[in-house]
Amino acid sequence: MNDAAGSVLQEAPEQPLLFMLNGEQQRVWVSARNTLTEVLRERLGLTGTKHGCELGECGACTVLLDGNPVLSCLLLAVECEGRSVETVEGMMQGAKLHPLQSAFAELGGTQCGYCTSGVLLTAKALLERQPAATRGQIREALSGNLCRCTGYQQIFESVEEVIRHMQGKPAEPGSAS
Amino acid sequence: MSKRDKFRVVGKPRARIDGLSKTTGQTRFADDITLPRMLHCKLLRSHVPHAEILDLDVSRAEAMAGVHLILTGEDFPVTYGILPVSQDERALCKNKVRFVGDPVAAVIAVDEDTAERAARSIDVRYRPLTTVSDPVKALSQDAARLHDYGEEGNIHRRLAYSFGDVDESLADSAHVFEDVFFYQGNTHLALEQHAAVAAADPEGRVTLWSSTQCPHYVHRALSKALELPTTQIRVIACPNGGGFGGKTDVFNHEIVVTKAALRCGRPVKICLTREEVFYCHRGRHPVLMKIRTGVSADGKLTGMHLQTLLDGGAYGSYGVASTFYTGALQPVTYHLPRYRFDACRVFTNKPPCGPKRGHGTPQPRFGQEIQLDKIAEKLNKDPAELRLDIVEQPDTLTANYLKIGTIGLAECIKRVVARSKWQDKHRKLPFGRGVGIACGAYLSGAGHAIYWNKMPHSGVQLKLDRSGSVTVFCGSTDIGQGSNDVLAVIVAEVLGICPDNVRTVTGDTALTPVDLGSYSSRVTLMTGNAAIQAAERARDLLAKAVAEQLEVPGETLLFADGCVFDPADPDSGVSFEQAVVAAESRFGTLGTVGSYAPPRPEARFKGGGVGPSPAYSYSAAVVDVEVDPETGMIIVNRVYIAHDIGRALNPVSVEGQVVGGVYMGLGEALMEEQVFRRMPPKLSDALVHRCPSMLDYKSLSSLDMPEVIVELVENPDPNGPFGAKEVGQGPLLPIMPAVANAVYDAVGVRIDEVPITPEKILKGLDQKARGGEGRVGPADFPDIQWPEPYFVPPPWEGGDGQSTNDPEQKRAATMHKMDRTTAS
Ligand code: FES
Ligand code: FES
Repeated sequence: MNDAAGSVLQEAPEQPLLFMLNGEQQRVWVSARNTLTEVLRERLGLTGTKHGCELGECGACTVLLDGNPVLSCLLLAVECEGRSVETVEGMMQGAKLHPLQSAFAELGGTQCGYCTSGVLLTAKALLERQPAATRGQIREALSGNLCRCTGYQQIFESVEEVIRHMQGKPAEPGSAS
Repeated sequence: MSKRDKFRVVGKPRARIDGLSKTTGQTRFADDITLPRMLHCKLLRSHVPHAEILDLDVSRAEAMAGVHLILTGEDFPVTYGILPVSQDERALCKNKVRFVGDPVAAVIAVDEDTAERAARSIDVRYRPLTTVSDPVKALSQDAARLHDYGEEGNIHRRLAYSFGDVDESLADSAHVFEDVFFYQGNTHLALEQHAAVAAADPEGRVTLWSSTQCPHYVHRALSKALELPTTQIRVIACPNGGGFGGKTDVFNHEIVVTKAALRCGRPVKICLTREEVFYCHRGRHPVLMKIRTGVSADGKLTGMHLQTLLDGGAYGSYGVASTFYTGALQPVTYHLPRYRFDACRVFTNKPPCGPKRGHGTPQPRFGQEIQLDKIAEKLNKDPAELRLDIVEQPDTLTANYLKIGTIGLAECIKRVVARSKWQDKHRKLPFGRGVGIACGAYLSGAGHAIYWNKMPHSGVQLKLDRSGSVTVFCGSTDIGQGSNDVLAVIVAEVLGICPDNVRTVTGDTALTPVDLGSYSSRVTLMTGNAAIQAAERARDLLAKAVAEQLEVPGETLLFADGCVFDPADPDSGVSFEQAVVAAESRFGTLGTVGSYAPPRPEARFKGGGVGPSPAYSYSAAVVDVEVDPETGMIIVNRVYIAHDIGRALNPVSVEGQVVGGVYMGLGEALMEEQVFRRMPPKLSDALVHRCPSMLDYKSLSSLDMPEVIVELVENPDPNGPFGAKEVGQGPLLPIMPAVANAVYDAVGVRIDEVPITPEKILKGLDQKARGGEGRVGPADFPDIQWPEPYFVPPPWEGGDGQSTNDPEQKRAATMHKMDRTTAS
């Protein structure tokens, strides 16, 4: 007998997982060792959630679990049973963009876009908690989301633009909208 | 309303055309691709740094259920390499491994887990060879050569050039400054891990989707390495999740999955782990350098002699080009009457180095800009003024025959000096706070392709049809820098339409005309010019058809706001869509092409092909820091940076590139380093990466990033599309030396190497407290046997760009003579 004992055919049995995904009930078969990243990307085809390390170091895989940012690469899918998960695909309301999505595009908050889903969801959770977040609070909230392209400045500016907008203030002069 | 010089799209801050697809998660990166019946690939990588492969037994792996194919070095008899002069890589190692991480086998299986388990059960027996880790020792380590090509020892390549007699200039100078600097290597750390998917079709053709910056070069390399005609291969570059140079090379895994897809008849995918990405590397070369500079009593440079030693890692990669780049661009910032440059690259048992943002130029720039700070201090001059006095003039040919067109460097210096209130701060802030200034210059595209040819560097095709829609086809690759948007902006501007009405199809060797790739900051200038040409040809066709219809002369027609009209009678115009209909009726199916090749360089000497560019960008930065003398901790308060962009096509993207460059530069200045350590001899004695994870490889987080004040200097360059020059790389260059100079201003210690860490600052302070000079950096530069330099008299000494002593020819002649003597 060789290592074939551990082969794909003898994988741990799969189990059904029932959870809320982007506001809809989702049922999917998963193995106990599948991470949420894997299930979202590979089972459900929601590739908007990214990964840059799969070790909890970069933040690219951030999704919201019951409204809080979590690293989906460190979360076992089975832990989501009965809970609510939001991914970047769920940010739009119908055909309407979330204000963060348009602000990031307008103001350069996204370049390559690879960190963007995670950053957007982290920012969304922040604004729900602290609708008048200061730059310091934005920095703090995003400190687990690595971005190698932007140098963060236009990310901060994009979030601040949404905050201003939510407070009914006019756009900052010189900003791009 | 005035004419065509009034831009409607160019220069307007806008969302990129692909911005929303990124913020909605719809951009499809390579790892987002899933194909029916897709198999998965894992590579087995060497855990020893330098060894002969004695035996490779795949039988246990082969027997595992779910395993479809195992490939080894035997399956890849042909070597490849990105540069024609270093064809030293194999998709999988055959006889020898050269660094920890060198791939030796590939397993293709039903899923990643199975492939991984199978890969781990492959038995490899190695015979260890001496590990080469120190670049200075590598110079003479004949016994442990990594490759059987190159020069003696582990020297990959040596270069020597003398543009005038520098020793003479230095002997006649009022001052001569001699300094040694060290620039530690670091890596790109693009957020996206490299991924690739290959699929064969029943006709035996194969398609590779990959996170590559250079689909054209991958196309060529696949053809060579797999011995397949290029017509059988299609390479599609997916949008890159960041590149920074890290995806410009051809990678083992790309070749492996392509072969595997052909062999299995099923799609095959690979996505590297983060650790593997560290092994792919091709990042910043560690460079030891010595700079001797002659300075006149009033602070003018009289000549410079630069020597560099590059630790190349295990393979050639872009290394020969990197080696040239450590010397090529010194003369394009400040006027340098004479210049000598010697460079040497060695092989060591580490992941191969290559191009990272700034490619070979940040290292000597770091040295030169710190040395200028020392010169200013010695001469009791303000370092900003010293620089202003020596800035090179526009429309000049430099000592090494680079043609400078526009140069906005003086303006950049003035702007950052003004914005930062430099005069009030430099040498005036309390102990522990300081400011530093530095400058830089970069190419807007290399003057030559990496392989010799007479064809365009960039091609664009435009398709227009009666729907009024316009599609741009171009081989360029969007790596996050916004190159798709550049195409859209330019075509929209010329045709007077909205950029959102322009679709782009890019980076596909089957569908798009060749563009060489997203490297050397070439894309805006080269694809931009090609796009202008194609769009103007389309505009001419439309104008002719509309003119006939309106019975006015074609040249008078204006294309703006989605309409084509005679400005004398705007109401009589037609919509853009109607104009296309008129042209399609008149001329048949519409399509135009545009191409771009850079102007012929002035250099005629061998090796003069590295350095020429259609336009150079310039930057200046002032960095404001706080240094805690107790802990050595450095806090960067603010960065002021001015960049000579020529023209900003989309200011949002331009500013993003500038700040992104500053960010990466601060990382290199303060913390990023790709370093290695020896395992204890009891374990393996192997030379291993010290920090192949994102946690251990330190980079700036959102908490560390200071505010960046950006000034754009817009002085349109005649060679740039609408005057635009590069911005992707240049703004990084001044940051590292500006930080070093600011640290000196703050606490009076010179850190002549990066990264500048708290430990080094404390060491310098401690040294100073004991009466030392307070300098941390390398002590000396090794004795290297340089070849006889190519001697090229500068233009002002009667030179014509040719070498007067071509040592290569002389050597060939001697060899020939020797051959004849031996034969007789
Ligand atoms: S993928 Fe990097 S933190 Fe999850
Ligand atoms: S936009 Fe590229 S990593 Fe953030």
